[in-house]
Amino acid sequence: MPPPAPISRTFRARCSRVPLLGWLSGALAAVVLERFVGTPLALAVGLPKIPALFGIDIMLKKPLLIPNAVLYTVLIYLLPIAAVALSTAFLTNRLAGGLMKLPVAVPVAVHLGLLYAALHFWADVSDYRSLVLKLTMIAIMLTLSLNVINGYMGEFSCSHPGFMALGAYCASVVTVGLFVDGNYFGIALLPGETGPFLFPIDLVAGGLLAAFGALFVAIPSFRTRGDYLAIISLAFLFIVKSLIENFEFVRGPRGMSGQPDLAGLPTVFSWAVLCVWSINNFVRSTVGKAMNAVRDNEMAAEAMTVDTRRTKIVAFLFAAFWAGVAGGLFAHVLRYVNPGTFGIQNLAEVLAMVYFGGLNSVYGSIVGAVSISLLGEALRPLEIFKWIIIPLLLILVMIYRPTGLIAFKDLEVATLLRPKQGPDGER
Amino acid sequence: MAIFLQNLVNSLQWGSFYALIALGYSMVYSILMLFNFAHGDIFMVGGYIGVGVSFGLLALSSSGILAIPNWLILVLTILFSMFLTSFVGMIVERVGYRPLRNAPRASAAITGLMIGIILETGNLILLGARRVSFPSLIETATYDLGGVFVTNKKIMIVAVSLLLTLALHQFIRRTKWGMAMRAMAFDFVAVPLMGVPVNKVIALTFGIGSALAAAAGILFGIAYPVLDPYMGVLFGWKAFVAAILGGRGSILGATLAGFLLGFTEIFVAMIFPSTLRDLIAYSIILLILTFRPHGFFGEPYSARLRL
Repeated sequence: MPPPAPISRTFRARCSRVPLLGWLSGALAAVVLERFVGTPLALAVGLPKIPALFGIDIMLKKPLLIPNAVLYTVLIYLLPIAAVALSTAFLTNRLAGGLMKLPVAVPVAVHLGLLYAALHFWADVSDYRSLVLKLTMIAIMLTLSLNVINGYMGEFSCSHPGFMALGAYCASVVTVGLFVDGNYFGIALLPGETGPFLFPIDLVAGGLLAAFGALFVAIPSFRTRGDYLAIISLAFLFIVKSLIENFEFVRGPRGMSGQPDLAGLPTVFSWAVLCVWSINNFVRSTVGKAMNAVRDNEMAAEAMTVDTRRTKIVAFLFAAFWAGVAGGLFAHVLRYVNPGTFGIQNLAEVLAMVYFGGLNSVYGSIVGAVSISLLGEALRPLEIFKWIIIPLLLILVMIYRPTGLIAFKDLEVATLLRPKQGPDGER
Repeated sequence: MAIFLQNLVNSLQWGSFYALIALGYSMVYSILMLFNFAHGDIFMVGGYIGVGVSFGLLALSSSGILAIPNWLILVLTILFSMFLTSFVGMIVERVGYRPLRNAPRASAAITGLMIGIILETGNLILLGARRVSFPSLIETATYDLGGVFVTNKKIMIVAVSLLLTLALHQFIRRTKWGMAMRAMAFDFVAVPLMGVPVNKVIALTFGIGSALAAAAGILFGIAYPVLDPYMGVLFGWKAFVAAILGGRGSILGATLAGFLLGFTEIFVAMIFPSTLRDLIAYSIILLILTFRPHGFFGEPYSARLRL
């Protein structure tokens, strides 16, 4: 009989046997718990109110409350998640196994439903959380679409805020003109109730405009790449910004406000899911492989019958489309846009997310976008020192992992969702 | 005609800032094949160091310890700040670029961007959000040349920047270190085998580039005496455009393109409303790059080049 394994190892072994379904149910249980008993518990452990972002903001503001905040996080998040996930591992494994026998859309829908429910209850606690969540999802869309160009195709494109601005302004002009009184048509042309139905079309229109703008970067990319393309895309960004500033129709540098409140959490969530799904499929398609070939050696790719021009143009249009959609959502989440938002600062932020998370990887982009945006929000109490810590972190990541945290990794839905243990106990 | 000449004079001054900063980009590029994205912020740091040094020298001279005239203070400020700022450049290279020399170039670009943000924020933390103004060391004298007004400051700025460019050219052509730089730009693999101290040469390149940026920062402070921590961002990116436009790694090209960018911006602002300046200037650049994708003096692009 072998000696009993140490506690930590058995715990890790047991954790490794929990499928994603189990973790998601655990998270759902935790956030439901927080939604209903969060406030009394927070008061009981001596916190003024429910900590907005896992207690980090409270820890930084009032260092004396660190033990209380840690206690709260353990009680509300870690304990319930671990308890539910571990205790139901047998059940969730059976369930996941059963689901995987159905068409892949069914298990995916179940997981996404659970994820959305968890996020919904989490964001229900305060408006601030819901705003952070929406902006994080938009950041995921932007990062993924930039990764298509910078990671998968190996160009250094600087025009992403420009595409985003095109999408944001196009979507805003349509919604403000159609649904808000006192604008381009004097009165609102359509009743506000039709807004949610027209909003997807509106976003797609914004994306298409951004894709049209991308032609101005994609066509020069036939003849040049590397630094010259970086400059062309940078010039494009300056031109778009300057155009908007000089365009009285969209109120120039003062910016547009008063977009109707159309981008709720469900809308943003479903667009983000759609974006991840389509980009994940795109990069694993033939065109995606052709992009990798163009990145690694353009001449060899051409010799192997890859149509490099077509590949470049498709990649640029596709990435710009999603950047435009993300821009439209961004404008409707904040309900205000001005040209200053889409400048070099924004560019540095998106680039940081892509390179922090990892090139050529959907996982990496999600990790990069989530961690940089949550870090940016959580470190807010540090005020300006935030802009020392985040760049330092990024420099360290670049030095120790030059291609980012999770680079060159495919997102396989089937592996992600599969049960971690068979019905008779073996893995 | 007088208006045209007047704007020509103005754009010479404006272009000399771009040219001096673009030289730093170009030198680093020719050796390492990467752009130092922290360079715009080194320009800003140079300007601030210049303010510090000149106030220090002024205090010394007014307290009578070191009685020197104001023009000498200016000369000493420029030289001293160039010297100090070159160390900033070398530190940036040591921290941000040397560990990444074998990494993908985009990663090094990201560290450069991040170092730039750290420099801006560090400045904000040290000095606060108030703006710092450059002491006026020389009296402005205006000369009227047949309707065209030229100040002594403008003449000095253009003269100093041309002088520095010429000095750099001579340094690269005539000295042993300059030869090492040219050799490394030609072949990065074989040169270390010949016993050239690669790290020292690269550090020197960063140092010289930063010194030129510091000179640009001080000259900028003399022409427009108010400095702010974010002035390097836009200037740096525009000089980056000039460096590319000139052709990668070409000193002559970077200088010419810097002046050309200055001309374009000033003349666009003269003919059109000034809010259209960026729009038209960059459209022209886009057009130039469409027909000459490798800049004025760069090598044509070929897919063979490992980028």
